[in-house]
Amino acid sequence: MGRRYFQGKNPLFLTIGAGVLITLLVIFIITPILGLFFRISFEQFLASLSDPVVWNALVLSLVTASISTLVIILVGTPVAWVNARHHYPGREIVDTLIDLPLVLPPTVAGLALLLAFGRMGLIGSFFYDYGISIAFTTLAVIIAQIFVSIPFYIRQARASFEQLDTMYEHAAKSLGSPSVPTFFTIILPLVKAGLIGGAIMSFARALGEFGATIMFAGNFQGRTQTMPLAIYTAMQGDLTAAITLSVILIIISFLIIAFVKFKLRGYGER
Amino acid sequence: MAVRRDLREYLLEAEFTVRQGEIMVLIGENGSGKSSLLHLIAGLLPPGAGHIRIGEQVLYDSMNGIHVPAEYREIGLVFQNHAVFPHLTVFENVAFGLRRRKVPEPEIRERVGELLARVSLENLSGVRGDQLSGGERQRTALARALVISPTLLLLDEPVSALDAAAQERMRSYLHTYVKTSNIPCIVVTHSFRDAASLGDQMGVMERGRIIQNGDLEEIRGNGSHFLHQFFCGCRKDSCHL
Repeated sequence: MGRRYFQGKNPLFLTIGAGVLITLLVIFIITPILGLFFRISFEQFLASLSDPVVWNALVLSLVTASISTLVIILVGTPVAWVNARHHYPGREIVDTLIDLPLVLPPTVAGLALLLAFGRMGLIGSFFYDYGISIAFTTLAVIIAQIFVSIPFYIRQARASFEQLDTMYEHAAKSLGSPSVPTFFTIILPLVKAGLIGGAIMSFARALGEFGATIMFAGNFQGRTQTMPLAIYTAMQGDLTAAITLSVILIIISFLIIAFVKFKLRGYGER
Repeated sequence: MAVRRDLREYLLEAEFTVRQGEIMVLIGENGSGKSSLLHLIAGLLPPGAGHIRIGEQVLYDSMNGIHVPAEYREIGLVFQNHAVFPHLTVFENVAFGLRRRKVPEPEIRERVGELLARVSLENLSGVRGDQLSGGERQRTALARALVISPTLLLLDEPVSALDAAAQERMRSYLHTYVKTSNIPCIVVTHSFRDAASLGDQMGVMERGRIIQNGDLEEIRGNGSHFLHQFFCGCRKDSCHL
């Protein structure tokens, strides 16, 4: 008799092995997070929320990450569409460049941005002649966030466009719809789950940005001190404020991932 | 029309005429270029060379540099996979072409309602495209192509997803529609019944070329294996008829 390849149940050692690995991984991730939550009481958390350092960092982070995500959507969507649907010389080079910030250490990105947009930089010196300074401003925070988080959106958007069958565009054209109305009435609604997912991941990355921001925008409370920078600064003095900000970041990150995972699951197929 | 284009494996080259009110049935093995030919005519694939004319209107002429974009060709096309917009309701799908043409809303409601009744979809007008069965999607695609009053009708296996009775009703309706609208129509099919009940003329495609073109009886007399199987339903070498 031949070997039985199709068994109803997995062998016991596989089940136990998988269980042990999953348990270890969950403990590994959840222990540091719980450590943060247990270090402060709810009253301390609420009191810290009114601390100007915490409040300023929270507002600045949410505002800059929202603006950078909006810019990323406006710039990234047409770029992703062109790269998904059209062939042009150098397309793969452009695509590789877009992906570069994903693997670049954020401090390198910050230094590069400083050398490009700083007072003496390639582009920055031009603006400085007109009295406009970019580095160490809130604008620099937004530029740094866009630089590090745009690949997350474009990669996801391009994949969504590529997965969409061209027959829908063809059908719309054959019914008299030119390219632009077709894009807004047919293509965008069909890929919106992917685009929203990409935008949320970009927003989350922008919210957690640290290295490029501190190098390029500095660490000035109320102007460039975002939540990750405020946590770093508070660590040297007010640990409660640092923990409060960390807890807020964890809650926002968890909500974002949960939203992407549960709310958008199967959304595109509906 | 006469068109020419390089496909992946071969050169598609076809020249034929379909008169007003006439239905041409295109048959051929899978991958013979039937659907590509429909897409070329509809303007969804650019031909390499040739000319396409509907009546007096020139849609494509490589010699004179004329290429009317697909969205201005006024051709009704039913896709093999139906291509019903999944996020729109049946009504919105059928109304799509009329809305693009800025037809007044009361007229849209009237024309769409009439066609939905014709294809027995009036009770599903509010259902989204992705919740329809294969047959319902096919009828939606048909209604969507017909509602714009096209000057040419291109149908890629238009009744293949319907049950036998619905196929018969739809063929009869399509036949009447083409005759009363007096427009040319090209039907791609693998079904002998479609060919027999719809076709005024028939074209047989093989590797991008129309190797035979004529009426059904003329083509039936040909001795190829493919044609024998198409008409008889069995292999030529084991046929007892």
